[in-house]
Amino acid sequence: MRYARPKNAGDLKATIRATWALITPEQCHRLVDSMPRRIAAVIQAKGAPTNVISMAEEEFTDINGNSISLDCQTHSDFCREFTVTSPKLSLRKVMVYTCFVWLFAYAVFFFTENTAVLSSAIILTLAGMMIHIHFVKVDHETLLIIGSLGVQLSSSYASGRESTIFIEMNKLKDIVINEAVYMHSIIYYLCILIKDPADPETVTSVVPLFQSSNPRLNCLVQVYRSCQEILAQSR
Amino acid sequence: MENRFSVSLARVRTGLLYRVLFSYDFMLTFFGSMPALVNAHRRVNLLVVGYRIRATSQKSLPFKCCNTADSGLLVGRWIPGHNSAVVLAVIHYPFIPGQVKKYLSELQSQTQVDLTVLGSWSMPKEGQEGMDSFLKDLSTIFPQKCWLQLSREIGKRGFTCQVVQNNGRLLQDREQKNGEGDKIILIHYDQRKVMLSQLHPVQDVGQKSDVEASELRLVFQTVAQSQPLFFLDKYDDGPLKLSHWQSEGREASIIAELLKQASVPVCIFLTWLLSLWYWFCSFRILHLPPVLFISSKLSTCVQSVYRAVHFRTVFSPKKAGTHVEFMRKANIFVSFLVDIALGLLLISWLYRENRISKLADTLVPVADRVAKELQELLEWLMGAPAGLKMNRALDQVLGRFFLYHIHLWISYIHLMSPFIERILWYVGLSACLGLTFALSVLSDIVALLTFHIYCFYVYGARLYCLTIYGLSSLWRLFRGKKWNVLRQRVDSCSYDLDQLFIGTLLFTILLFLLPTTALYYLVFTLLRLVVVLFQGVIHLSVDFINSFPLFAIGLRICRPYRLAEGVKFNVLCQEPGTPLHLMMEINPLKCSSVLQCYRTPTYSCYPKDSWAGLCKKLFVGELIYPWKQKTDKTD
Repeated sequence: MRYARPKNAGDLKATIRATWALITPEQCHRLVDSMPRRIAAVIQAKGAPTNVISMAEEEFTDINGNSISLDCQTHSDFCREFTVTSPKLSLRKVMVYTCFVWLFAYAVFFFTENTAVLSSAIILTLAGMMIHIHFVKVDHETLLIIGSLGVQLSSSYASGRESTIFIEMNKLKDIVINEAVYMHSIIYYLCILIKDPADPETVTSVVPLFQSSNPRLNCLVQVYRSCQEILAQSR
Repeated sequence: MENRFSVSLARVRTGLLYRVLFSYDFMLTFFGSMPALVNAHRRVNLLVVGYRIRATSQKSLPFKCCNTADSGLLVGRWIPGHNSAVVLAVIHYPFIPGQVKKYLSELQSQTQVDLTVLGSWSMPKEGQEGMDSFLKDLSTIFPQKCWLQLSREIGKRGFTCQVVQNNGRLLQDREQKNGEGDKIILIHYDQRKVMLSQLHPVQDVGQKSDVEASELRLVFQTVAQSQPLFFLDKYDDGPLKLSHWQSEGREASIIAELLKQASVPVCIFLTWLLSLWYWFCSFRILHLPPVLFISSKLSTCVQSVYRAVHFRTVFSPKKAGTHVEFMRKANIFVSFLVDIALGLLLISWLYRENRISKLADTLVPVADRVAKELQELLEWLMGAPAGLKMNRALDQVLGRFFLYHIHLWISYIHLMSPFIERILWYVGLSACLGLTFALSVLSDIVALLTFHIYCFYVYGARLYCLTIYGLSSLWRLFRGKKWNVLRQRVDSCSYDLDQLFIGTLLFTILLFLLPTTALYYLVFTLLRLVVVLFQGVIHLSVDFINSFPLFAIGLRICRPYRLAEGVKFNVLCQEPGTPLHLMMEINPLKCSSVLQCYRTPTYSCYPKDSWAGLCKKLFVGELIYPWKQKTDKTD
C-alpha cells in the first residue's frame, strides 16, 4: 500500500480493500502465535520498545529452493543485526552416505578378507563427517551493521566455529545488490564495495555476503533496505 | 577475578555519535552470563619484593574497573581525526589539579602519547549525592573542547554518557531528546590483551603512510604505548590514586626476572665467541679461489655461514626494537633450540646398539654393488642395448673409458674402507650441532660418493653437446646458410665445392654417431637426476627446519590475542534509554598468514629454470645445475 498513491476517497477505499485481500490467513496465524512472545518481551522491558520484530515473517528460500530464515534484530537506531539461518544437516543424507560407504567396505572385505578395510572405512566416515561439520557446513551467517563504526560479517559453522571479518566504515563505499549470470540462471547477491580511504572514488574490492546460504531476492531486498537506512544516517 | 582496568575509547563524531570503550570487567558485574570472557586463571607466580605477594587462593579479590571504580576523572587520549577518545585510567578523589597536570605532562614526555583529562566518571555511593554538580564544575578546571560525563547508578545495568561541548564560553548540554542529540556507542574491551597485541599487517611506527591511519590501529597503538601509565598501583604512595587493570598490584615472576638479568652477560659472551669465529674465517688462506669454490659447493659450509648470520642476529645484546625484529629473534632462537634437540635425538639413536659400525659395515658392500651395477650397465650399452645397433668403435671407446673410471673409484673406496668406521663415528658427532648440520653432512657425503656419476654426466653431456653443435652447424652448411654472429641470425652464404664436400661428409659421420652419444648421454643424465633429486629433498628439509617460524605458530596457538588480524564486536544487552554497548574482542591472525608473515628468509633452493627451459637445456646438452642456492635474500 506504500506504493499506491490514492487520489481520492474512492481510490483509497479500493486500495484498502485490495491490500486487505492480500493478507493471507497464514500471516494472521503467525501473528497470533507470536503474541505471547511479544507480550513477554514487553513485560521484560517494562514497557519500553522491544527488539522483537513485529511484522509478519515471510517464508524465504535460497537459490536452490531450500527454506531459510531471516532474523532482524534492531539493537539501536544505528545498529542492526541480520541472521540468515541455513537448513540444518539432514539426518537422512548422513545415514544414506554412511550406509553406502559401509556397504562398499563390506563388499571389499568379502572379497579380500582383510579387516583393515573395515576399520579404514569407519575412520574415513568419521573423519569425513568431522571435516564436513567443522569446515563445510555453515549453520548461520550474520551481518552486524553499526553506523559510523563498521560492518561485521560472521559465519558460524555446524561445529560451533565462527569466522568473523570486520570492515571499518571508512573503507566501506556502499552495500549493493549485484546480479551474477551463471550458466543459465541469474543469481542476485548482496555485496559490500570496499574503497581505499586515500582514493574514495574507486572500488578496490567487492565482498559478497551470505555466500553459503544464498538467499533469494526478496530476502536480500529487506536486508538491503535496512542497511541503506543506516548508511544514509552515517553519511 | 583479576583486577581489570577498563579503558574507554570515546568517539565523538561530528554527526554527534560517540563511542566509549571499557574493559569487559563491566560484563562480570552486569552480565554474569558470559563466563567465557572471564580469564580467571591468570598466571600465578610468586611476586618479587617490590610488588605484592598474591596467593593463589585469593581469586575473589574485588576487581576495580571503571565500572565499579569510585568516582573520579577519566584520563586518556582523544584520537585525532576521528571523534573518539580512549580512556586509560581513572584518577580518584581527592586530588590536586596541579598534581594531575604535572603527572600527565611527565607521562606525555615518557610515552609520546598526548594524554589529557577526558571527563568525569561518577558512581555515587551512599552519602555522595552532590557529586554531579561537583563533576560539572570540574570541566572548568581542565579546559577541553569536549567534556565527557559518564555515570552509573548502582543496580542499573547500563550507564549514561553525556557530552558537554565547550564553545568558547557557552556550555551546551545535549542530553535531552533522544531522537536528535548525540548518539553514543560504548565499546568494551580487555585492556591487557589490546596492550600486548600487534595488529597486522605490521606498519613501522616511524612510517607516515596514510594521512588517516585506521582508527583501530590508533587505538592499539595508544594502549600499547601507554604502558608506563599502568605502573602506578594502589600500593604506591603518591599524590594520585589511579584505577586501571594493574592497580591492584603488578605481578611478576622470579624466573623471568632472573632470566632477563642473566641473558645480557650470556649474550655478550656469545657475541665474543662469534667474533672469534669471524676472525678465524677471515684468514687469507681461506680466501683462495679453490677453497672458495669448494666451500660454495659444499652445503655444510653454506649452512654454517648461514647459522653464523643467524647467531649474530639472535645474540646481539641490544634489545629488539620493533615487533618484527623481536619475532625474528624469537623464531630463530626457538628453531635453533629445536634443531639442537632433534640432532641430539638423532645422536642418541645412532650411537645406540652400535648402529654406526653396522652402517659402516654396509657402506662398502653397497658401494661395491653400485659399481657392479654400473659396470653391467656399461656392458649392456656396449652390446646392443634395447635392440639398437650402436657404432661399434665409438661404443668400445666410450665404454672402456667409463669402465676405467669405475675401476679407479672402486679401488679408492677399498683403500678407504678401514677408516670408514672411524670417519663415520666422528662425522655422526657433528649432529650435536643440529639436525640441519647432520643433513648437510649427509648431502655432502652423497655428493662425494657419487662424484663419478657427476663426472660421467659431464663427459657425456659435453660429448653430446659437441655433437649437436657440430650437426646443426653442418646442417646449415648443407643448406647453404651460415650463422652471422654479428647480426645474430642465419644468412645465406656461397661455399666452395670442396668446403661443401667435406662438410657433407662430416655431417654424415656425425649423424651416424649421434645415437651412440645420445644414448650414453641419456643414461648418465638420468643417473645424475636421481642423485640431484635426493640432494634436493635433503636441502628442502634443511630449508624447512631453518625457516619455519615455530615461535610465531606457538604464540598463535597459545596466546592468540598477541597476533591480531582485526577485531570482532558483540552487542551487549542493555536497558532501553542507555547508549549502545559493544564488546570488542581480538580476532586472531589465521595460521597461513602467520606462516607467510613470519617465515625466516633463507637461502632457499629453487629450480633456476622453468620446466620448459630445463627440457630445452637437456635436449641441447647444456650442463644443468637445477638447484641454485641464492644468497640471503628475502623471497
